[in-house]
Amino acid sequence: MNDIPPSTPVELLTFRLSDQEYSLDIMCVREIRGWTRTTPLPHAPSYMKGVINLRGTVLPVMDLAERLGLPPREHTDRNVIIVVKFEETMTGLLVDAVSDIIALTSNDLQPPPDSASTGGGGIIKALTLLDDRMIRVLELSEIVPAPQSDAA
Amino acid sequence: MSQPDPMAEIRASFFIECEELLEALQDGLQTMADNGDDLETINVVFRAVHSIKGGAGAFGLEGLVRFAHRYETVLDGVRSNTLVADGDAIKLFFRAADHLSDLVRESRDGGVLPEAEGNAILTELDALLGNKGVEEEDEAEIDFQPMGLALDLCLPDLPPLPSARAGQFTIHFVPHAELYETGNEPFMILRALTDLGPCEIICVTDKVPRLTECAPEAAYLEWTIVLTADVTEDEIASVFEFVEGLCDLTVESPQATQAVPASTALPDLPPLPDLVPSFAAKPEPAESAPVSAPPSPAAKAKTIQPPAAKAVVRVDLDRIERLVNLVGELVINQAMLSQSLESSGLSPHSDAMNGLEEFQRLTRDIQDSVMMIRAQPVKSLFQRMSRIVRECSAAVHKDVRLVTEGDTTEVDKTVIERLSDPLTHMIRNAVDHGLEATQDRIAAGKPEQGTVKLTAAHRSGRVIIEVSDDGGGINRHKVQQIATIKGLIAQDAVLSDMEIDNLLFLPGFSTASEVSDLSGRGVGMDVVRNAIQSLGGRITITSTPGSGTTFSISLPLTLAVLDGMVVHVAGETMVLPLNLVIETLTIDHDNLEQTRPGLNVVRVRGEFVSLFDLGVELGYRKAQDSYLDSVVLLIADEAGSRAALIVDQIQDQRQVVIKGLDESFYRAPGIAAATILGDGQIALILDPADIIAQAQSNTSALSPKLMEMTP
Repeated sequence: MNDIPPSTPVELLTFRLSDQEYSLDIMCVREIRGWTRTTPLPHAPSYMKGVINLRGTVLPVMDLAERLGLPPREHTDRNVIIVVKFEETMTGLLVDAVSDIIALTSNDLQPPPDSASTGGGGIIKALTLLDDRMIRVLELSEIVPAPQSDAA
Repeated sequence: MSQPDPMAEIRASFFIECEELLEALQDGLQTMADNGDDLETINVVFRAVHSIKGGAGAFGLEGLVRFAHRYETVLDGVRSNTLVADGDAIKLFFRAADHLSDLVRESRDGGVLPEAEGNAILTELDALLGNKGVEEEDEAEIDFQPMGLALDLCLPDLPPLPSARAGQFTIHFVPHAELYETGNEPFMILRALTDLGPCEIICVTDKVPRLTECAPEAAYLEWTIVLTADVTEDEIASVFEFVEGLCDLTVESPQATQAVPASTALPDLPPLPDLVPSFAAKPEPAESAPVSAPPSPAAKAKTIQPPAAKAVVRVDLDRIERLVNLVGELVINQAMLSQSLESSGLSPHSDAMNGLEEFQRLTRDIQDSVMMIRAQPVKSLFQRMSRIVRECSAAVHKDVRLVTEGDTTEVDKTVIERLSDPLTHMIRNAVDHGLEATQDRIAAGKPEQGTVKLTAAHRSGRVIIEVSDDGGGINRHKVQQIATIKGLIAQDAVLSDMEIDNLLFLPGFSTASEVSDLSGRGVGMDVVRNAIQSLGGRITITSTPGSGTTFSISLPLTLAVLDGMVVHVAGETMVLPLNLVIETLTIDHDNLEQTRPGLNVVRVRGEFVSLFDLGVELGYRKAQDSYLDSVVLLIADEAGSRAALIVDQIQDQRQVVIKGLDESFYRAPGIAAATILGDGQIALILDPADIIAQAQSNTSALSPKLMEMTP
């Protein structure tokens, strides 16, 4: 996932958080669901919205905007949950709205300038331009296994 | 053979059987060690090794056969009284049994057989016999017993002998003794033939002598098979491919064949009454092999008699898992149905409601039955532990005896499997750290031999497993010293004994002053505790200086369902395990007291119990001004500590299906698992003991770091 060889075709799912556009490798996306009420977990970090019932399994849902450090907002019915799978773990990512699926080659992706990698730790894997708008490509592995702050 | 490899299936069932035989072997050896050697026990031990050898021979597992054979020779010595099984010999037998189970495992997984260790054991075994056994060694002598499978069980479905027509082959199949020696099994070949088309299989038993004249390694049986199929001779020959040169085979093609009159093909059966007694003594493979002609009624009555064991079905665990999951769905579904029926405003005496009640009862019965399928005695686990004790005590040069109790206690299979690692670690700990060195024991006036005790028991819907040793107990002074040096507690912290003991569960904590062979692997009691917690269990520790330490594990019986009390807290629906709830009460002026500001207690029949607001403890809301008229659940955990929890409302009691929370990225404190309610929403299942511990630690004198860690 890290070093994409030149001109490999990639497909990205793009979505909005506040007024920013983000995207994820579509291969990690399992499904997209409408917003449902989550059951909150006690003493959880604020970006952990809780758990929902995904056809019989318990799916943890995190607010991606809060996870990325954007200010928390009210949720509306238009919000959606993107169900992603990283390694064996399924997680729901709450986003404002899904926009599009775009196909491009890895040549179109440019590494983020050092100073611009928001939140540090390489959460933003790459940047690309679409119709003059900047789209941030997220590194899922940096998002999903959240820091196990409570262990030790 | 073309079909989905029946050989692999038989092989798999052989290894399952091996597990049982190894268990019987261990049991027998234990009985010998405890009560001396009565003949019956020795026979059991001998037969177990012998049967493993037999099966292994059939599958060409040479390393296993070689070892088992020499082991068996020595056991035979005990059986025939030429050898006395004293304590040392039995210890050696145990080691040999351990090695045998290694060999079985490696053979099954296709691993490398540990030759060197085996040879060392074999040398010692031979030494027991005074080398008598070695000269008798002759690989060719190894007799194995292919598993006798009664073909007549499969055959009644076959169509009657069809009249002669094109496509009918008559096959004469005369196996040589070598065929059996190489581990081939006529049954397999005959079964492969039936795959080609309908067969009339006739076993020619003319050459079978009276049993007194029967040579065990000779081959007496022949078969005549009339196969009706549209195949070529080559296809038939390919069935016999593996036994080419090991049998006489003639295939008469359709043109040459005449209908074989059944009367001429059916030979007279050998006098059966003679057969029967020797069956009991030592079943000969050849005789139990396929006989398609119906045996005489007398013989049938004898041969069909099942062995004394209970009828048992071996089922793939995946199928049971599926069943359990389906039952889980059924329970959720039933909850949904009840909820919608209740909300539809039907009279409680309507047919629908009565039906629902019946349905609920059935669901519950089904669920209990399904859970029982997965329940297994902890015996196999305990046996594995006795091996750990043997190996571990040898490594640290301590004389240790393992005492087990309650090994028939049944627990869900998944629980048993996942207990193996933590238990192994605790047993090692007990032997290595718990028990003192022999000279220290003598100095303390204790018996030289240390005792490690492993017990299992059911207690209030959970299973309690205890590992205790009669060692020196926890050196609390040293423990606190280490914890201070490592910066886990403050320099001047004053800790209770219990708090000091619990320091052992801190990550990276080790009391071993030096890294021995067994400790210092970077695995501490914290890993054990995590493993137990992930099973929904808890571990506690009690220690008496000078007389030993006990670790006590409390686990749910199953990981699938739970009797729960459904409550509302701060707008959330939650479930409390019902077995922990003692009673419910409401708070009024008479029973509410404060020990100090903000610290409430409730008086229950003259006893004061700490009062906690569940909503506050879970971080869902701020403390209320007044708790008058609140609903309270009085709960007690397994250790007996009690607490009162304030909830907003009690909804009902019901069975819930436990759904694990993926803890890979966030472990919610106080939460054991989750479940799905009738409306599809998720409710969290609380772990009250954890909540109480968290709440209590807020008032503790411990450093913040320790607070997180204490259970």
